[in-house]
Amino acid sequence: MVPIGHYLFLSAALLGIGIVGVVTRRNVIIILMSVELILNAVNINLVAFSRLVGSVEGHIFAIFIITDAAAEAAVGLGIIIAFFRNRETVLGDEMDILKW
Amino acid sequence: MPSEYFLAHIWLIPLFPLIGAALMLLIGRRLPNSAVSAICVGSVGLAMIYGFGAVLQLIMRPVAQRLVEVVLFDWVPAGAMHMTSGQLVNFNAQWGMLLDPLSAVMLCVVTGVGFLIHVYSIGYMGHEGGYYRFFGYLNLFMFSMLVLILGNNLLLLFVGWEGVGLCSYLLIGFYFLRKSASDAGKKAFIVNRIGDAGFILGLFLLVGTLGTLRFTEVGPAITAGGFAVGDGVMTAIAILLFVGATGKSAQIPLYVWLPDAMEGPTPVSALIHAATMVTAGVYMVTRMNAVFQLAPLAMAIVATIGAATSIFAASMGLVQNDIKRVLAYSTVSQLGYMFLALGVGAFTAGIFHLMTHAFFKALLFLGSGSVIHAMSGEQDMRKMGALWSKIPTTARTFFIATLAISGIPPLAGFVSKDAILGAAFDARPTLWVIGFITAGMTAFYMFRLVNMTFFGQSRVPHDVEHHIHESPASMTVPLMILAFLSIVGGWIGWPASLGGSDPFSRFLEPVIARPEASAASEAAGYGKDYALMAASVVIALFGIWLARRFYLEHSEIPERLAERFSGLYQLLYNKYYVDQIYYAMFVNRTKDLATGLGAFDRNVIDGLGVNGAGWATRAISQVSMWWDSWIVDGLVNLTARIAWVLSIPVRMLQSGRVASYALFIVIGVMVGLAYYLHVSGVTLHSVLH
Repeated sequence: MVPIGHYLFLSAALLGIGIVGVVTRRNVIIILMSVELILNAVNINLVAFSRLVGSVEGHIFAIFIITDAAAEAAVGLGIIIAFFRNRETVLGDEMDILKW
Repeated sequence: MPSEYFLAHIWLIPLFPLIGAALMLLIGRRLPNSAVSAICVGSVGLAMIYGFGAVLQLIMRPVAQRLVEVVLFDWVPAGAMHMTSGQLVNFNAQWGMLLDPLSAVMLCVVTGVGFLIHVYSIGYMGHEGGYYRFFGYLNLFMFSMLVLILGNNLLLLFVGWEGVGLCSYLLIGFYFLRKSASDAGKKAFIVNRIGDAGFILGLFLLVGTLGTLRFTEVGPAITAGGFAVGDGVMTAIAILLFVGATGKSAQIPLYVWLPDAMEGPTPVSALIHAATMVTAGVYMVTRMNAVFQLAPLAMAIVATIGAATSIFAASMGLVQNDIKRVLAYSTVSQLGYMFLALGVGAFTAGIFHLMTHAFFKALLFLGSGSVIHAMSGEQDMRKMGALWSKIPTTARTFFIATLAISGIPPLAGFVSKDAILGAAFDARPTLWVIGFITAGMTAFYMFRLVNMTFFGQSRVPHDVEHHIHESPASMTVPLMILAFLSIVGGWIGWPASLGGSDPFSRFLEPVIARPEASAASEAAGYGKDYALMAASVVIALFGIWLARRFYLEHSEIPERLAERFSGLYQLLYNKYYVDQIYYAMFVNRTKDLATGLGAFDRNVIDGLGVNGAGWATRAISQVSMWWDSWIVDGLVNLTARIAWVLSIPVRMLQSGRVASYALFIVIGVMVGLAYYLHVSGVTLHSVLH
């Protein structure tokens, strides 16, 4: 079998890349994609541990997360499109009207 | 009726007129004149009956028991007090009545003459407004006077003293709508008050020294105190009490109110300012003779002032033209005689003259009232004359009184005045000379009055002449009774030198602490007495002759004398300018003080005080406003500003940039994760291996 450490390392790497992407990127669509990356990293982690333990709960939870990610992506894109129709921009730096 | 009924009920005597006065106060306005007369004159009549009855019953007692005291209640039970000698004594002033020979004489005079004057007033005041008010005041006066003479202690005497002063004010100012009348009333009361200040000081000193004011206890207290003749405290007390007497009995320097008091109705002048109130001073000094006899200096002062007053007032009476003014100055002069008598130790002679003077002076005043009534209100003698046949009863009774006051024997005035002059000659011959001259002046000015009024040419204006009529019986009957008393009243004190037994002096002897040694003069024979009597009759006749010459035969002489000696005449006519001097010295100074105090009140108290307080309040309110707007509001604003300053960094967090929000989320998660892992004991080392 593949040792559990490899899965964990992969998941951690994906998590890190996703976090960096959320924090660093200007384009909000890229931020959304990074969020997806984080969610998927979590999924890999869950499935790997579920295989190790031999139960099926991790798999079930991963499917919930996938569903949830899909809904979230839909809603998020809807907000971005609504904002774009108003302000003609997809850059996070320029979305600062809710401020003091 | 038991034989001591009137003696046991002497407390009723002042009560009768008091009830009359009270009724007048409450319902007098609604009563008809006849009811007012019945109540008020009746009350005095009852007082007179009870008074005479009490005196009769007193006389029926043996000499040693002629002292009746009826105590009604404790009035000022002040309790324990320290006298000036340090001794502790129980002070008690009661409301009690005392009847002894002295108050018996006063009682007869006051109630008898008072009753006659009340009857006279029915006719005299019958057509005047305020009839009930007049009689109410008159009854109140009778109450006060009776309390004065019947009181058993000096405090009660003082109550009556003040009461008669009040009634004098009310009655002098009876026609209060006339400014001169109300001014005269005020003058009387204020001048009286000045005397009363001395009286009160004397009372205090007396209480401190003897511990009692009760007449029956003063004598024993003096004996127990062992005071020497000429003792300083006794002298001070005597002088202070005499100051009160000068005010009430119109002696120098407080006589100025009496002439002005003629503004009141004539019965008032007769009752108050001739027969009763002005004699209160004489009564008081006689009552306190135990004190005075221990103070020769005070007696000297009393005698000197009495003599000086008598000649001083007589000189002013020589030139007055108002019939009542002449009588007023005559009263002051005769009161001077009474005090002269008291001052030389002849207390019984002074009281004797008080009694006879009451008779003929009341008659003179009532007679003058009758004349004024006949003359339709005219009082100036220069407009009278030849009234003898027109108002016969008035004229004849008036003439009898004039003879009496001039000292013509055997009328009342001769006996009493001669008793005084005889005593004065023995004690202080200088004062006898003054009294002698005054007797001549008295005869002169009284007959001047009679000649100008009743005899000679008629100077009556035509319109008045028609109305001249004799007065009604209610007025003439009292005149006749008083004329009778003026003739026979002196006979009760007929001296031994003329064959009498002088029952009057013997009656009063128990009241005098140290009776004069009359035995010595009796043993020496009556030669001196006859000489003195002859001298006084001669000078009286001289005065009458002079008055006849000046005012009947050669009526141009007075005018020529007035022109030749115009300075002296003006001095006398203007009453030595004493009123003006008093005005400048005292009244104007008091007014200046009042003005000064008024200015002080306006500028300092109102200006500094009241307005200043207002200004200060406004200034303080300004400070408070500054405090409120700068400090208090400033603190509030400061708090808000601090909150604002503290919020700046927090505000910066909300940049609106979603990316920064995302960063904070990530940092937060990491911190939480690290904490959680740390708490669970997981370290980097354990993960890596």
